[in-house]
Amino acid sequence: MNLNRRSLLKISAATMAASSIGLPSFAQSIDELVIAYNVNLPSWDPTVGPSAVNPTIQGIYQSVFDQYILQQPDLSPAPGLLTEWGWNEDRTQVWMTVREGVTWHDGSPFTAEDVAWSLARVANPETGSPIQFVWGTLANHRVEGNRVIADVAQFDPTIFKWMYFLTGYVLPKAYYEKVGPEGFEAAPIGTGPYMVDRFERNAFVRLKANANYWGGKPDFETVTIKFVTDATARVAEVESGNSHVTLEMPYEEYDRLKSGALAGVSAPISDIGMIFLNDIEVMNDPNVRKAAAHAIDKQAIIDRLLSGYGVKIDTLQTPEYDAYDPSVTVPYDEAKAIELLAASGYSRDNPVRFKIQTTRGFKPKDFEMIQAIVGLWRRVGIEAEIEVYEIAKHFELRGADQLAPAAFYNWGNSVGDPTTSTGFAMFGPSPHSVWDGADLIGMIGPLWGEQDEAKRIEGWKAVDRYIAENALVIPLLQYVQPILHAPGVVVTPHASGALLPHLMKRA
Amino acid sequence: MSGRQRTEATDNAVIKVLATRLLTTLVTLAGVAVIVFFVIRVVPGNPIAMMLPPGATEEDIARLSALYGLDKPLVTQFGIWITGVLQGDFGTSITTRQPVLDLVLGRLPATLELAIMALVIAVALGGTAALIGTRFRGGKREGAIDIANGVALSVPDFLWGLVLILLFGVLWPVFHISGRVTPSLDLPFTTDFYLIESLIRLRLDLTADLVAHMFMPALALAIPLAAIIGQLLKQSLKETMNLDYVTLARTKGYGETQVILREALRNAALPTITLVGVQFSFLIGGTVIIERLFSYEGLGNMAIDAVINRDLPLIQGIVLLFALIFTMLNLIVDLLYAVLNPRLRHG
Repeated sequence: MNLNRRSLLKISAATMAASSIGLPSFAQSIDELVIAYNVNLPSWDPTVGPSAVNPTIQGIYQSVFDQYILQQPDLSPAPGLLTEWGWNEDRTQVWMTVREGVTWHDGSPFTAEDVAWSLARVANPETGSPIQFVWGTLANHRVEGNRVIADVAQFDPTIFKWMYFLTGYVLPKAYYEKVGPEGFEAAPIGTGPYMVDRFERNAFVRLKANANYWGGKPDFETVTIKFVTDATARVAEVESGNSHVTLEMPYEEYDRLKSGALAGVSAPISDIGMIFLNDIEVMNDPNVRKAAAHAIDKQAIIDRLLSGYGVKIDTLQTPEYDAYDPSVTVPYDEAKAIELLAASGYSRDNPVRFKIQTTRGFKPKDFEMIQAIVGLWRRVGIEAEIEVYEIAKHFELRGADQLAPAAFYNWGNSVGDPTTSTGFAMFGPSPHSVWDGADLIGMIGPLWGEQDEAKRIEGWKAVDRYIAENALVIPLLQYVQPILHAPGVVVTPHASGALLPHLMKRA
Repeated sequence: MSGRQRTEATDNAVIKVLATRLLTTLVTLAGVAVIVFFVIRVVPGNPIAMMLPPGATEEDIARLSALYGLDKPLVTQFGIWITGVLQGDFGTSITTRQPVLDLVLGRLPATLELAIMALVIAVALGGTAALIGTRFRGGKREGAIDIANGVALSVPDFLWGLVLILLFGVLWPVFHISGRVTPSLDLPFTTDFYLIESLIRLRLDLTADLVAHMFMPALALAIPLAAIIGQLLKQSLKETMNLDYVTLARTKGYGETQVILREALRNAALPTITLVGVQFSFLIGGTVIIERLFSYEGLGNMAIDAVINRDLPLIQGIVLLFALIFTMLNLIVDLLYAVLNPRLRHG
């Protein structure tokens, strides 16, 4: 066998040439926008099943389907398929005016019937909507001209906010009834800016611009969203030119690449990092809780671990939320933490001990953040043992009120209402809260049905102040979402964290 | 022993192996079905907890549990599931709302094609290394091959994947980093065996695109296996090279390379063939991580999503299919061994 160096090189070159025939050629101008997305899309029904409540998928859904109400990049609502909405005077009914002249992707007209049917469908317990407990507060949906009316079975001040939140999508009544759930999965249609051209599960979805979109035809005629779940592969995708846009990569990689051939945009999103405190064991001692809160230098953690990409928070509200109150602060104060612990008989020589649970790799530097916090706690007299758990275990433990005394978690609230942040996280009777104090339940209870909006928001601010003063939870930071893109694209970030192709323009 | 008697002995050996292994396969699959069903329900995390947002009440949890049939006693749930499986109904995926069997069978071809390509690469690389190592045994080239084998074995496949992405995806971008096929291509295929069908249809443009997507994940899977094949085959060849019939071939004037290829390789290959069969099962298992890394739309990638989402029916379907593949491959290897092994073949 005569295999010399020259022939080996020839074979290698031939192999490479043959293999690279199928590679796409990304010219300077972008004809087809390619996005490397960080999650898979399991299902096309945005109202039912686990996908419907997965915040990271909402960007894909919003490319194809419209929500009842449009949410702008700063989280504020705007007219969408509904142009106007509200309650009647005694708040026993809701009314919605439906936009005219809109068509579904199959060319059929969008009507008020579609809105009424969509709302009634998710309110029906048999449909299996995970948010049925919200949609079920409306009943007897009916159409009057281009208006939809529904009776209020139970007043929920956030009902219209849910219309631009999880599962708040309008589906085509006639088409869905004709093709059924399986047919809809195979060929979904909406009224959104893009139409589904081709979908390969676990691989990609190819979208075509909807020329009749009521909000104007998107800039890019064709968009391919590749599902690239590994961060390293996503970075390689944009670095090699195989994709034009990607999101969610290590901040170090983001800094490295945006200073080179790629451009980058980073903006705070509605996700926060926090530490749940469970009212068990030593967490029943207010001095321990307050010391744990004061001993954390949040800004240093953001600067050193997250390369500065994060916003320090002291309540469960971020600056974009409706009940954000900048006057509520929990400053980093090591001396005060030592003093508080001393009052309960703890010191560095006699530390208070408890367990803290955290995910590892679920959010950027989650485990490292908890390691840093445990280090800071050790300096004041807190010895915390770290237990790593999966996010699925967190949900189960939280539901059963069996979280450790401290547990790291991230909370998303893209509608910015205090109900869906402080409310759900801290209201004891909820199966998702682990703080069961009667005083807090007493404060939150009346706010669920408060009809005076200004009074409601002030009430939540008071709750947040009480929580901060008593250290019933430890808010840490608001996350910043890094997006890398080719210089030929202008990306508008959305504070909900959704990466929306129709907000992307040619540079 | 006459030729006819030998044939009968071979047939008997094959039938005996076949009968025994079919029986154990059924027992194994039944055991796997029981274990996977109960284990995934015991480990923390359930699909309802993953699905319900904060604010849901206990009644909401009960309602959804009933909707997905998770409110019944475990034994009843198992009975419903296994009855369906025996009738070809593996249930419906919670996350995708599609029949599990359709999902699993739809993804299996992609994984099989990837594993077969990895196997071909591994055999080519490992075989070449073994041949060169044997041809130049005792020299520097054999030493270099041993070192390369050691490195290939000690680095896990996903790390090879990262190295390949850096080399051939970023620094010298000749291969695709993610996916199975370029989204903009129109596919005329009627089956999910894209690579095979593109070859049958002589659509070499699609073949090239598919290979450009599959090459890096296949190579990452193949490198550790190539090292194993290389080591084992080289060892077998070196032992064979000392046998009398090989010496006789040399005295006939054959060159060393001819002796290896024409005389020694055939006999030395038997243990390697057995190993390749067994390793192919592990290769399919190894696709789970590699498919994820390269966003390859195979069964492994789907398995990870199923586990993350606690999609119990889908996890059960995938695990059962993996178990079926493993047992069937082992059965085929045993049969091949029974046919090829001279001691069995000759009664």
